[in-house]
This record gives sequence, structure tokens and C-alpha cells, in this order.
Amino acid sequence: MSRRSGRSGLRVNPVACEAHGICIELLPELIRSDPWGYPLIRPGPVPEQLLPLAKKAVAACPTLALLLTRDD
Amino acid sequence: MSVAGMGTAAGQARPAGRLPRLIAPDGPLELAEHIDRYGPVPFRDALADFGDGSLISEVEAADLRGRGGAGFPAGRKMRAVARAGRRAGPLRSPVGTAVIANGAESEPASIKDRTLLARAPHLVLDGIALASEAVGASRAYLCVHDSDDQLTGTLSAAISARDRAGMNRVPIQLLTIGGSYVASQETALISMINGGGGKPAFVPPRPSDKGVRGRPTLVQNVETLAHLALIARYGAEWFGALGAGAGSALVTVGGTVHRPGVYEIAVGTPVGELLRQAGGPTEAPQAILAGGYFGGWIRYSDALDVPVSDPALRAAGASLGPGIVMLVPASACGLAETARVVGYLAEQSAGQCGPCFNGLPALADAFWQLAFGRADRATHGWASQLLTLVAGRGACHLPDGTAALAASALRVFGDELYQHAAAGPCPRVRRPGVLPVPGYPGGRA
Repeated sequence: MSRRSGRSGLRVNPVACEAHGICIELLPELIRSDPWGYPLIRPGPVPEQLLPLAKKAVAACPTLALLLTRDD
Repeated sequence: MSVAGMGTAAGQARPAGRLPRLIAPDGPLELAEHIDRYGPVPFRDALADFGDGSLISEVEAADLRGRGGAGFPAGRKMRAVARAGRRAGPLRSPVGTAVIANGAESEPASIKDRTLLARAPHLVLDGIALASEAVGASRAYLCVHDSDDQLTGTLSAAISARDRAGMNRVPIQLLTIGGSYVASQETALISMINGGGGKPAFVPPRPSDKGVRGRPTLVQNVETLAHLALIARYGAEWFGALGAGAGSALVTVGGTVHRPGVYEIAVGTPVGELLRQAGGPTEAPQAILAGGYFGGWIRYSDALDVPVSDPALRAAGASLGPGIVMLVPASACGLAETARVVGYLAEQSAGQCGPCFNGLPALADAFWQLAFGRADRATHGWASQLLTLVAGRGACHLPDGTAALAASALRVFGDELYQHAAAGPCPRVRRPGVLPVPGYPGGRA
């Protein structure tokens, strides 16, 4: 697969997520808080220009609950 | 007498249109009677063959859908497990796959799986043996609830009888599980077998890739496996000769009907005909709940002509789920019935996923207010908002299913919402619950 063909999406593993909220701080463009502090992800692919921030948010999650998926 | 391994499918002619197919009226049959009636287990001795003539392709041709509630195509699941088993194999000695037969029905309104297991144990065990051969399984598990000692006794005697007859090519282990609603979810069963907490797990990995002890694992409902045992004998064409291709289905009919119980019908039989078979209403009817506690409400007058099939019930705002039709009378309040069930479902959260263990109790509280307390606009708005907040945000479908039921109640019982808002709870909320809810008056079905 070429690198451009796949589109990236964000997904939360709800079992692992403990609502630290770091992803919400780092990527408010795509992630907001629900009433209990858990992340609500905007549906759809991650826009190209937000990919670096999305990767940062994935790496910053203390419970590794945020996942960047690619559907090639 | 050797009854196993007679080679190819027996292919006996059987009348396709006759019901019941799964539960013989004179059952449960002893092993010898069972073999007499249905013929030997048609092992194909063709583990590696997925092509024409294999059981998997026959099940695909029949388009058999899973009967545990989700309705996933059984053949596709089998093919995925068989393929994954092949991938895992060649490096070392073949590790084999695993099969789990799920008979641990935890829907309080459903009794069809335990009824099938009690009345036709050998048909389910045939299905386990055949599915195990088809996907290359080296072990199989039959999971049932721990609440019914008589059933576990029947099943372990049936498994022993097959052991003595040399019919269990793959050992079948009988497992009992506890009572929580989500414990019978497929990843929860795998977790339990693997010595984990028996709670639903995040997917991926899918069970078909990595399940019991890391093996590719096929999880099928026991009714699905019973149909498979008949498809293996009589073929896809026979299966589809009923129900416009979809075969037959076991349905638990409950609520205010004269003869509540399990009925086997051709898929697509109208709701009204099914209710007639169950003796009809005992009092003036109001609505049906179809699909169980992840299902939906349909007003009685709108429901009568709706075919009992998943697509038709979905178009009418409900679903088939694991085959449940509950009739609720005009003397009951639909909001109160729903509030009790939503309260029960909220208590079933395994406590793993934040949106579920926070959102479902909040939704239960809001519904309690709508039914028994102050049903103001703000409460209604908050309830509607919670539906979108919880749906799709758990490892399992508990939040989605609960939201689906609650959404359908808000849709169908709009008049009641309006009346409760204007004048407080109606007198009907004091009627004892019709839908069985463990822990509430009325109790289990």
C-alpha cells in the first residue's frame, strides 16, 4: 500500500481509557470531553494537517487507550 | 453399535415445510433415538477443504444467521476461523482452533436456548462436533448458566453418552457461568475460559483471530449450531425452503399471552400469527417489545402484520435479537416498563468503560424520572442527549443496546411522556411489571 492511500482515524479503547484528558487538551479540533471527562472523537478521517497532533495525542496517552487506525 | 463417522452426509429426504425442525415434540431423545431420527453425524473428513461440498460452503449457501442476537452470517465467521487456523498452523505442530457454543443466554425475557438444550441436546452437540471439524478445532466448550442444575445434568449425561459411542472426535467441555448480563458476551466467555475476569474485551483482536488460549475461536449460539447440524444433513436448499430462505427460528413469547413459551416458526411469520399460537392476549393489548432488552417497542395495532424477521422488525423500529416477542397490556405504562429494564441494564455494566458505567446509571435515573417522577422537558432532553452519548462507546454492546431500547420508548410512548409531563405519573405505573426484571417484583420469566 502506498502511504497516501490509507486514511487515518482515531479510536478509543474504552476499557483502557481512564479519562486523563490529555488527548482532549492536545487535539480539541477532533476530541472533546463528554460530561464525565471521557473523550468523544469526531467521526471521520483525521485531516492531513492534524496528523502530527493526532500522533502526539496517541503517544501522550498514559494508558495507551488512544489508537490511530489506518484503513488501507 | 457404531454411530459416528459414516462418511458423507446422509442426505435423507425430509419434509422441508414441516415444523418443528429443532425441538422434537416427543423429546428429549436419547442418543440412539436421536441417531435413528436424524441419521448419523455427517462428518465430511475434509478438514482442509473450504470449497464446494464443504460444510462451510453449505452453511454459506444457506445464509444461516447467528441466533444469539447479532445475526452475523455463521458461514463467514466459520470461514474466518478456519482461515486463521491455517495461518497459525504450519510453523509449529498444528495448534488447532477452538469452538465455543454459547448457551448462556442472559436475556431475562429469553428461554429459547435453555429450552433447546434441555429438549434437543444431541442436535446442539452434533452442531458443535460438525463446526469443530469444519474449522479444525482441537477443543470445544459448551457454556450454560450456572443457575440450572437439571440442565447441566442433562448435558453432561448427553456428552458422556457420546463419549461412550466414540462420537466426540473433539472433546467437549461443559462450562457454567455466572449470572451477569454481559458475562455471556463472546469476548467475556473467552476471558473466562482463559482465566480472566470474564468481562467483555476490546476488539481487536477478534475472537476469530485470537480467542481461547490465543487460538482462533468460533463462538456460535447453540440454536445456530442446531440449525447447522440439520443443514449438514439435509442441505442449504432444505433449510431455505422455509421462511423465504431464512429457515425457522425459536422465539420466546412472553408477557400477557395465554401460553407463554418457546415457539419455532418460519422466519417471516406475522407477529399476529405468532401471538395467536401463544394463545392470544389475556387482556387488552398495548404494544410488543421485540428483540429483547436491546430491541424496540411497536404499538400492538402496528405490530400484527409485521413479519417476525430481523429486517422487517428493524423497519418497524425494533429487531429480532435473540428471538423475543413480549406482549405488554394496556394496563401497563410503557415508560415504567422501560424504566425498570433500563435500570436493570445499567446495573449490568461490568464497570470497565467510562461512558457505560457513568452514562447508563444517568440514563436509568432520567428514565425513572420520566416514568415515576417529574417528566419535564429538561429531563426528556437530558435522556435524549444521553442516548447519543453512550451509544457505540463501550467494549461490548450494552450501552448501544440500552440506548436503542430507550430511544424506541421515547418514540413509541410520546403520548405517555406528554401526559406524565402534564399531570404526573399515570396510575398504570403502579401495575406490577410485565417484563421480567431480576430483582424487581415479577422477577424472572
